[in-house]
Amino acid sequence: MTLEAAAAAAATGEAQEPVLGLPSLFRVIFLRDLRVGLRRWTDASNAALFFILVVTLFPLALSPKPDILLLIAPGVLWIGALLAMLLSLNLLFRADLEDGTLEQLLMLPYPLSWMLLAKTLAHWVITGLPVVVMAPILSITYHLPAEAVGVLTLSLLIGTPTLSLVGSVGAALTAGLRGAGVLLAFIVAPLMLPVLILGARATDMALAGESATGPLYLLAALLVLALSIAPLGAAGAIRISAD
Amino acid sequence: MLAGSGLTLWRGMTCLFEELSFTVAPGSALLIEGPNGAGKTTLLRVIAGLTIPETGTVTWNGQSCRQQIEAGRLGMAFSGHALALKGELTTRENLAFFASLSGEQGRLPEILELMGLSACAGLDVRLLSAGQKRRAALARVLLSKADLWLLDEPQTNLDSAGRMALEAAIRGHVGRGGTVVVAAHLGLDLGSASVGRLRLGEAA
Repeated sequence: MTLEAAAAAAATGEAQEPVLGLPSLFRVIFLRDLRVGLRRWTDASNAALFFILVVTLFPLALSPKPDILLLIAPGVLWIGALLAMLLSLNLLFRADLEDGTLEQLLMLPYPLSWMLLAKTLAHWVITGLPVVVMAPILSITYHLPAEAVGVLTLSLLIGTPTLSLVGSVGAALTAGLRGAGVLLAFIVAPLMLPVLILGARATDMALAGESATGPLYLLAALLVLALSIAPLGAAGAIRISAD
Repeated sequence: MLAGSGLTLWRGMTCLFEELSFTVAPGSALLIEGPNGAGKTTLLRVIAGLTIPETGTVTWNGQSCRQQIEAGRLGMAFSGHALALKGELTTRENLAFFASLSGEQGRLPEILELMGLSACAGLDVRLLSAGQKRRAALARVLLSKADLWLLDEPQTNLDSAGRMALEAAIRGHVGRGGTVVVAAHLGLDLGSASVGRLRLGEAA
C-alpha cells in the first residue's frame, strides 16, 4: 500500500464524528498523562519532597515538646500540603502548551473541559497522592494519635483534589507566561483558603476528641463544586493562553 | 468548503493581512506562500481557531470554524512548528495516543511503516532526529480522521524521501475529497491535484 492510498483510505465514513465516548476519552488522556508524569518522575517527586522538608523543619525550629507539636500539627501539615500543591501546579499545562500538545487537544472534536479534567486528575495522582500518602508517616513526628491521623489523611484525600482543580484554572491562565510561579500562587491561594481552614479544623477537632464529620462533609461539598466548575473555567482560560 | 472572508490581523504595529478572503473547495489544496514573517503561520492559526483575527471569519460548510470546534463538532488535523510529541514517550506511544483519539489504532503499524518510522517506533522521541520527529508529526496527521489538514511548513527537516511521502499523502487526501491548507516557502509537487495559491506579504 502506498502513502497516497493510505491517506485516501482514511476517508471512510463520517470523518468528523468523534469516535470516543466521554469515559474512554477520559481514560485515554488520563493514562497518557500518568505515563508521561511517571517518566518525568524527578518533576513528579518535587511536591512530596517539598512537603517532607516543610513538615520536618517545624519540630526542629520550634520545640520538640509533644504538647506544642500537637498544637501546631494540623496547621503545619495542611500548610505543607497546600504549599506543595501550589509548587507543582506551575507545571500542570506548561509542558503541553510549549510542545504543542494543547493545540492538538484544542482542535479535536471533543469537549475541552473534559480533557482538562482528565489532565488535572492525572496531575493530582502524580503530585497530590504522594503527599496524602506521606502525611500519616510524617505525623508520627508530631505524636498525633491514631484517630487524628485518620481524619488528617481523609481530609487531605478529599481536600487536595480540590486544590488541584482550583489551581488548574490559575495554571491555565498563566501557562503562557514566563516565571509565573509566584503570580499563580497569588491568584489561586485565596481560593484555596476554605480548603485549608476546613482541613486543619477537621484534624483539630479529631485531636480534641470531637466528631470531625462537619468539616469533612464541607470539604466533600467543595470537591464536588470544584469538579463541576473548575474544568469549565480552565477550558476558557486555556483558549486565551493558546493564542 | 473552507472559506475565509474579510480577515484582518495586526501584530503589534504591523498589518499582516487586511480584508483577506479565500475559498478552498473540497478535494483541493491551498498553498499559502510568502517570505518569512509574512504571516503564513498566523493565517493557519486563524483558520485553526487558535488566533482570533481583528475582523472577518473563517467558515467550514457555512458555519464559523471556531464555534464548531468549541462545540466539539469539528476536528482538524494540524501540524505546526510545535510537534506535540513527548520526548519521554516512544514514537509508537506518542502516535498511539492520537490514533486512539481518532479511533484509528488499527492503521498505526501501517502508517509507521509507510512513513519509514518502523525502525525507531520503540525509541523515545527525544532520541529521534529532527527529520524523524517531523515524520512522526506527519504520521499523526495521517492518523487523524479530519477532513481538513492544516500544515505549517511541513517540509522542514525532511529529506527527499520524506518530502515525497508528504506530497503523496497530500495528493491522497485531496484525491479522496479532503481539504489541505499548506504554508510553504518551498515548492510542493502535487501532480494533477487542484491547487490554489495565496501570496502573503506583498500587499501594497
